[in-house]
Amino acid sequence: MKEYFKKYLTLRKHNFQVAVKKAKRSKMCYAFLAPYAILFTLFYILPVGTSIFFSFTYYNILESPRFIGLQNYISLILQDDIFLQGVKNTFMIAVITGPLGYIASFLFAWLINELPRWLRSIAVVVFYAPSIAGNVFVIFSIFFRGDAYGYVNAFLMNIGIIDAPILWLIDPKYMLSICMIVILWMSLGTGFLSFVAGLQGVDKSQYEAGYMDGVRNRWQELWFITLPNMKPMLMFGAVMSITQAFGVCDVTMALCGYPSTDYAARTVVTHLFDYGYSRFEMGYASAIATMLFLVMILCNKAIQSILRRVGT
Amino acid sequence: MSKKRKEENGAMQAQHRALKLKRRQPNRSRVGDFFIYFFLFLMALVMVFPLVFAVNSALKPLDELFMFPPKIFAQNPTLDNFSDLFVTMGKSWVTFSRYIFNTVFITAVGTAGHLIISSMGAFVLSKYDFPGGQTFFKLVTVALMFSGYVTAIPNYLIINALGWVDTYWAIIVPAFAAPIGLFLMKQFMEGLPMSLIEAAKIDGANEWKVFMNIVMPNVKPAWLTLIIFSVQSLWNNRAATFIYSEEKKTLVYALQQIQSGGIARTGQAAAVTVIVMVVPIAIFIFSESQILETMASSGLKD
Repeated sequence: MKEYFKKYLTLRKHNFQVAVKKAKRSKMCYAFLAPYAILFTLFYILPVGTSIFFSFTYYNILESPRFIGLQNYISLILQDDIFLQGVKNTFMIAVITGPLGYIASFLFAWLINELPRWLRSIAVVVFYAPSIAGNVFVIFSIFFRGDAYGYVNAFLMNIGIIDAPILWLIDPKYMLSICMIVILWMSLGTGFLSFVAGLQGVDKSQYEAGYMDGVRNRWQELWFITLPNMKPMLMFGAVMSITQAFGVCDVTMALCGYPSTDYAARTVVTHLFDYGYSRFEMGYASAIATMLFLVMILCNKAIQSILRRVGT
Repeated sequence: MSKKRKEENGAMQAQHRALKLKRRQPNRSRVGDFFIYFFLFLMALVMVFPLVFAVNSALKPLDELFMFPPKIFAQNPTLDNFSDLFVTMGKSWVTFSRYIFNTVFITAVGTAGHLIISSMGAFVLSKYDFPGGQTFFKLVTVALMFSGYVTAIPNYLIINALGWVDTYWAIIVPAFAAPIGLFLMKQFMEGLPMSLIEAAKIDGANEWKVFMNIVMPNVKPAWLTLIIFSVQSLWNNRAATFIYSEEKKTLVYALQQIQSGGIARTGQAAAVTVIVMVVPIAIFIFSESQILETMASSGLKD
């Protein structure tokens, strides 16, 4: 046993020495990477660490942080009903708009793939524009206005489905569904672009070979040829949609107000803003951020392991 | 007899297949195509409707804005809303041009720095094998997996510690290190042949020269992609948490103040929406083919 341990140590030592030597020879690489690495550490890695650290403390910026153990997490889960409401809403939104938006991104990318080039370019702009158009989604608050002049209300009243206007953005019954519609409208984002580009890159001769081997229709083609070729893009697209799905806050804040009626449209991120920027309870807000971080990473890892099996 | 017929049948089928293969896509039916493109067309209308509506609202004169039942297209399009907007903005004590300057400055400097710094990192990560390189890239891909909201609060504390609160740098410098830029640039540079770099080195160019004269000109499509993503996030940045002096606030922030001005400013609010959305969409339209070329290498390998 001791012998084995010794051997292991010498091996490690050797490996380390090789690495150091290699590192000395590639000083230039570190010089090139340094500016990015420093900024990345400062604004991405360090904040995650700080966030985890502060989540175990009581910190309100004025006093220095005081260690309180798991108290923040305990009060979050056991006492904070509004947080649980936010978690519920975020999960509802993420579980519905995440997969739907992802599938829609792929479906549209796939369907426009065979259009002539000029038409495809137009289609890409049309489908991608909502997600880069800034805060155009506030236009939906005109469509869903609560009085009889709101277009949706007017339309439904005219054809006789309802006889009194519905307060779409104020009534907790409808808020979330409307936010989901708007989020879905904006969900053809970076992943969609990645899919469009990836589909163009699939080797055409594979389709011909598939045809000779008995692939009979476009759905078989999709499953046996297209999807396996698209795996890396599917992974990238999944990362993009998961990150977006859990970070919902812009749309709910703009459409339903902040805070919304009965906190019906509160999400985890708006809860985080509330405690971080309005009440300055940085420790508590950090606990929320840490939980959000863990959920995002775990969900990403889980989805990736599922996607690895696509088309096999 | 039957054997002969079978053979004939087989020959015919083979011929049929060969004919089908000559067409561009063998596995397609006309009916299926028709329904799919009809569906696509409907969806495209749904997607584009709010945008068209926003543009038309901005062009409607006041009486049409409140007309009932509403018309989608403006009957007598005017640019009154835009000129009204400038009048309103002219009355604020910080001039409108200052807001534009702030946003343009933040967007331009942030994007330029992001492009250079990310490309430098991406170059060595994609073309050289050095200890820690792979690990670092893995960290960057993990950073893609959580959104900026997670780090919002510690970021504020860090920027506060650096003394950058209420300066442009609070917005600009974190934008330099956006992980999506490094990720896309690195994936795109992987496609660059190593022989290109080695040839330049044999000719006596140093690393910096190789980077500036060989690598960067060859990844122009990726530049545009980084630029659109960076512009999109900086242009729409309200910067409200970091910047509180009125004269340093961004265009989007100022415009949102107008949007929240209530029913009397409906027309101006629509004009604002159009101004904010037009810049990213225009950049995207002009650089679409290059962006798609870059995104082709965007895949996330295990």
